[in-house]
Amino acid sequence: MTVVEQRPAVIEGRHGTIGTSPGRPDGVAKVQGTFAFSSDLHADGCLWGATLRSPHPHARIRSIDVSGAWRIDGVEAVITAEDVPGDLHYGLISHDQPVFASEVVRYVGEPVAAVAADHPETCRRALAAIVVDYEPLDPLLDPEAAIAGTAADIHPDGNVIRHQRIVRGDVDATGDVVVEGTYEIGMQDQAFLGLEAALAVPDPGGGGVELHVATQWLHEDRTQIAACLGLPEESVRLVLGGVGGAFGAREDISLQVHTCLLALRLGRPVKIHYSRAESFLGHVHRHPATIRMRHHATADGEIVKIEARMVFDGGAYASTSSAVLINAITHAQGPYRCDNALVDGWAVRTNHLPCGAMRGFGVVQACFAHESQMDKLALACGLDPVEVRLRNAMRTGDPLITGQPVLNVAPVERCIRETAALPLPDTPVGGFPSEDGTFDAMQLPGGAGRTADRGDVVRGVGWGVAIKNLMYSEGFDDYATARCRLADGVVTLKFATSEVGQGFVTIAPQIARTILGVDDVVLDRIDTQVGSAGSTSASRQTWMSGGAVDLACRTVRERLFEAVAGRFAADVEGLDALRLSIDGTDVVDTVSGWRLPVAEAAAGMTIDETVEYRHPETEDLDENGQGNCHTAFAFVAHRAVVDVDPRLGLVKVVQIATAQDVGRALNPLSVTGQIEGGIAQGLGLAVMEEIVQVDGVIRNGNFTDYLLPTFLDMPEVVATLIEEPDPHAPLGAKGVGEPPCISSTPAIVAAIRDALRRVDGVGRPLDRVPVRPGDICV
Amino acid sequence: MIIDSDHYTVNVNGVDRQVTDSWLGESLLDVLRDRLGLIGSKGACEQGECGSCSVLVDDELVCSCLVMAAGVVGRTVVTIEGVAPAGTPTDVQAAFVEAGAVQCGFCTPGLVMAVHDLLERSPDPGDTEIREELAGNVCRCTGYGRIIDAVQRVAVARRDVGGAS
Amino acid sequence: MLADEPGATLLCGGTDLMVEVNEGHRRPDRTVMMVNRITELRSWRHDPAAGTVTIGAAVTYSELMREPLASLLPALAEASRTVGSPQIRNAGTLGGNLGTCSPAGDGLPVLAAAGATVTLASASGTRTVDVVDFMLGVKRTDRRAGELIAAVTVPVAAGWQGYAKVGVRNAMVIAVASACLVVDVSQRSVGLALGSVGPTVLRCPQAEAFLAERVDWDSARVDRDALVAFGELAAAASTPITDHRSTAEYRRHAVGVMAERLARRAFDLHEEESR
Repeated sequence: MTVVEQRPAVIEGRHGTIGTSPGRPDGVAKVQGTFAFSSDLHADGCLWGATLRSPHPHARIRSIDVSGAWRIDGVEAVITAEDVPGDLHYGLISHDQPVFASEVVRYVGEPVAAVAADHPETCRRALAAIVVDYEPLDPLLDPEAAIAGTAADIHPDGNVIRHQRIVRGDVDATGDVVVEGTYEIGMQDQAFLGLEAALAVPDPGGGGVELHVATQWLHEDRTQIAACLGLPEESVRLVLGGVGGAFGAREDISLQVHTCLLALRLGRPVKIHYSRAESFLGHVHRHPATIRMRHHATADGEIVKIEARMVFDGGAYASTSSAVLINAITHAQGPYRCDNALVDGWAVRTNHLPCGAMRGFGVVQACFAHESQMDKLALACGLDPVEVRLRNAMRTGDPLITGQPVLNVAPVERCIRETAALPLPDTPVGGFPSEDGTFDAMQLPGGAGRTADRGDVVRGVGWGVAIKNLMYSEGFDDYATARCRLADGVVTLKFATSEVGQGFVTIAPQIARTILGVDDVVLDRIDTQVGSAGSTSASRQTWMSGGAVDLACRTVRERLFEAVAGRFAADVEGLDALRLSIDGTDVVDTVSGWRLPVAEAAAGMTIDETVEYRHPETEDLDENGQGNCHTAFAFVAHRAVVDVDPRLGLVKVVQIATAQDVGRALNPLSVTGQIEGGIAQGLGLAVMEEIVQVDGVIRNGNFTDYLLPTFLDMPEVVATLIEEPDPHAPLGAKGVGEPPCISSTPAIVAAIRDALRRVDGVGRPLDRVPVRPGDICV
Repeated sequence: MIIDSDHYTVNVNGVDRQVTDSWLGESLLDVLRDRLGLIGSKGACEQGECGSCSVLVDDELVCSCLVMAAGVVGRTVVTIEGVAPAGTPTDVQAAFVEAGAVQCGFCTPGLVMAVHDLLERSPDPGDTEIREELAGNVCRCTGYGRIIDAVQRVAVARRDVGGAS
Repeated sequence: MLADEPGATLLCGGTDLMVEVNEGHRRPDRTVMMVNRITELRSWRHDPAAGTVTIGAAVTYSELMREPLASLLPALAEASRTVGSPQIRNAGTLGGNLGTCSPAGDGLPVLAAAGATVTLASASGTRTVDVVDFMLGVKRTDRRAGELIAAVTVPVAAGWQGYAKVGVRNAMVIAVASACLVVDVSQRSVGLALGSVGPTVLRCPQAEAFLAERVDWDSARVDRDALVAFGELAAAASTPITDHRSTAEYRRHAVGVMAERLARRAFDLHEEESR
C-alpha cells in the first residue's frame, strides 16, 4: 500500500516515541509461536468443559435429563440453570440473557447445560447423552411483526428492545428532487481467528476464582460474572489471555460464567474452548437491518430533508442493540449538512441469533443507506458522485440531526478531495500481458476459476464517505484508568486495556517514552488489579486509555520535576518545577539550559501514580431524538475501483483509495494496519460475508461457507492520513479502527453499479449487501 | 506397515517424539498441541480453510488439522517452533514484525510457515503470485497489505545478499 | 489388507475425511488405510502409444500442476489450480476427489469430459470402469467393499481443453458451478462436463453433438450463434438445486455462460465475426 502522509512539519522524533512506528512488544513472541493466546493456556489438573446448546430457534423446555452424562467415565460435573448461585441473567445493558436456559430457548445455540470432564472427547459424549425434552414453538422471525405487536412476546421484556425517533426542523419541508430506496444489510460475523477460550482457576477454599480469558472489557465481564456467581467483585479476578482478534464479538459474556461455575463447583481448574461452528453460535453478530430512506434536495443537489425508517433485528437477547440503534439513526444524515429530518428507528427481538457490537456499531448499516442515496441524488441532479458530496459536506460546527454540533475537526471536504487526488490504478482490466503475450487469469474476476476473458469485464468506480462517532454515548460514564511507575529509570505501565491486536500495547510505551524521556518501558500484566479501562471498542482506546496513560505519565513527570527542582535548587538560580521540560532523554531547565539525563534525575526514586481519564459528559436524547448524545466524531472517504463480469456477476476489487481523518498518527504503521484491515471487513460485507439463517437456523456456520476475503480478494490500498490534531483529543489523535470498514462497503457497491451502468446504461439497484452474483446478472 | 494409533513415534523439528493414548483419526494439529506441547500451530476452523495450522510434512506445506497424525510416521514434520534456531527469529519472522504485519498474531505462525515455503519455491515472487500462493492463509486483522510488504522485503534482502539465507 | 477389512476407512490426502472427523460427524472405527503411503499410487505414467496418462490415486493436485503433466493434461492442471490453497493442493488427490464423489469435485468434470476410466483394485484383481459410470450420485460411487481406487486413466486428446469454475470469492471456493470442455481434433468431437449442477457430474451429449456438427473442423472455426446456442444447450442439460451456496437459476445460467466461453476459447470465430 502507498501511504501518503500529510503531516505538519514536526521534528523527527526519536525512535520509539509518538509519531514513529516501533515494532510491537509482543511481535517476536507472535512470530515465533510462543505468544500465549487464551486457547494456549493450561493449568495442572485442569479439566475440559463444554456447552450443550439448543437446536431449536424457539422451544419450551419440558425437562432436562442429565443422568446419561453422569454415567460416562471421566465426567466430573454437569450443570444447568439450577446450579447458578447468583443472578440467573446477565447482559450489557439489560440483564435479559439467561446463563442457562431453563424454561424456554430463544435461539439456535442458546446454552442449556455444561459439563466438565477429563478430555474434550468425553465432554462431547457427555453432551450427547444429555436428554432435553423440547416442545418446539413457532419462532418469531419477522421484525415487522415484532414492531406491529402482532406476535406474542418471546421474552418478558417484550419484543421491542428500543424505539427512538428523531424529529428536527421542518418535517414537512420538501425538495425539488426526491430520491428514495429501501436498503438491506445482511448479518455479518466478526469471525476473529482466535476462537473463544477461557481458563478458570478456583481459589483454594472456593471463595473466589481467577479467570484467564480473551475479552474486550475485563471489568465489565467481572461485574457480570461476579453477579452470576453470587460472589463479591473482589473475589473474581480477571487476567487477559492473549486475544486473537475481537471486532466487537467479545464484548458480551460467552463462556466466562460457565467456565467459572464448573471450576468453582469442582475446586479444580477448568478450560473451555469453542470450535468454529460453536463460535458462530456463541457470540453476537452485526445486526441485519432494513432501512428505508428518502432524501429531499434542491435541484442543485443540496439536501433539504432526510426521512428514514430503520429496523434492526436484534435477535433473541438485547445485548447492545439499544446503543447500536441510536448510533444508526443519529448518523442517518451521513457527513452532510441537513436541517430537517424525520427518522424512526426500531431495534426488535426475534428468535434469530442475538446481535450486538461489531466494528462500526450501527453506522455501517446507516452509511450503506445514506451513501446509496447520495449516488441516487447525484444521478437525479445530473451531478457526479464527488460533486454532490462536496456540495453537502459537513464542516466543524455543523449540527447532526440530533441538534448536536460537531465540534471536532471535520475535514469532510478534504477527505473527499484528497481521496480523489490519489491516482487511479494504472493496470487495465486483466492487467498487463506477460512476456509471452498471455494474461494472468488471477487479474480478472473469477481468478483461477478462469471464468472470464478481458472482453467480458467492465470497470467501475464508486464512492463512500462516512462520519463515525468515537467513544460511548447517551450519558455513559466512560473512563479509563492507567498506572505509571517510574523506578530506577525504568517506567512500568499498568492498565486493563484489552489488547486484541489493534496495538495499544505498542503506543502506550510510545506515550511514556515521549512524556518521560525514558526508553525502557515495561508493560505489566493486563488484569483487574488496576481500575477499568473500558471496552476495546468504539474506536475509543487511543483516546481514552491513551489519554489515561498520557495523564499518568504527566502526573509522574510533575512529581519528578518537583523532586529535581528541590534537589538542584542550590545549583541553578531560580530553578522551579514549572521551568522544567523533557527534551529527548534529558530533563531540561528551559530558562538556563541546564540539563540532566532522566535516568540520573530519577535515580533512587520511585514515583507511582494511578489516574482516571474521563471525557466530557454526554446527554440523553429526548423523545424527538434531540440531545448532545455523542462524544466525538471522525471522518473518512473511500473510492473503489472494481472490475465486474456482468454476465456471471463476479467481482474483483482492483483498488481502494482513502483519506482518513486520524487527528494524529501516533504510530503510522499501526494506523495503516487498521485502515487495511478495516477495508477488508468492509469488502467482505460488500460482496461475500453473510450469516445465512433459514427458519431461524444457521446454514453456514463454518469457514467453507462463511467466506472471508483472502489475499486474492483484497486489492491494493492507497491511503492518505489527514492529520489535523483534534483539540479535544488528549493526544490530538482520533480513533481509527472503525471508519475504514464503514464507507468502504458502499464505495465498492457503487463501483459495481457504475460498471453495470456502462454496460446497458441502466444497471442494477444493488440495494442489498452482500451483493450476490445473482443480484448482478440475472 | 501397520501403525498402532494408540502409540507411535513422530519426528517433529528433528526430534523423535512418542505419542501415546492417541485415538484413531486424531489430527496432527491436536497431537502437536495437546500431546507434544507444541502450541505454536493454531486451529481456527477445523476445515483447512484458514491455514493457521500450517506445517511442513516432508517439506510440503499442509494444514495439520487435515493430516491424520499417525499418517506422518516415518516422515519429517517442521512446525513454527522448528523453523528457526531457538531464540533467533528468521528473516521472515523479523520482517513480519518490522513491516507491521502482525496484529493479533493468530494467523501469524501459519503465515510464517507459508511464506518460508513460498520463498523456497519462488525466491522473487510478484504481488499476484504472493497473493495466490498465500490465499490459503486467512488473516482477519491486517487486510494483507503489510504481510505482502514483509514478503517483498525478505525477497529483496535475500536477493541483495545473493541467495536464500 | 482391504480384503480382511473391507469396511476400513480409506484415507488419502485427508482433505475431505479429516474435515468430517474434526466436526465429529465421523469417527473411523477400527482401521484407517492410509492410501497415500502406497508408493505405486503416488506415481503416474504417460503411454504415448495408447494416447493415455495413467495417474495413481494418491497423486496430489500440486503434482498435477507441474510439468510435464500440466502440458499433457492442461484442463486438469487448470482445475487443480482452483482447488483450495497450496496447503490443500499438496495433500488433496484425484483419487480422494473420486472417492468422495461430490458433484463439486474440481477434478471430476475434467475426467468426465475427457472420457477417463477408473481402475479399482482388490484382493481378487482389478476392474476398470468409465468415470461417468463410476460416479453414481451425491457422494455415491460404484466402489465395492474391499476395493480401493488405484488409478485414473485419461485419454490425451489432440486439441484444446479448458476448465472454468464459479465461486463467490477469488480463491478457496467450493464450485458453485463448473465446466470442462475437451476438444478431440482427430475424432472431430467435443466433451463437455458440468459440475455442481446435478447429483453428480454431467456430460451433455446434445450440446456436444450440436457443437461438433457446427464447427468447421478444417479451419477450427465456429460462428457466434453456435456458441450462444451451445451455451443454452449446456444450461438446459443441467439439473441444479438451490442451497445455501447459490440458487438453481444462477447455477443454470452460469454453466451456460461458461460453456459458451470455453467454446469461444477453443475455436476461432468465423472471419466476418472476428473483432
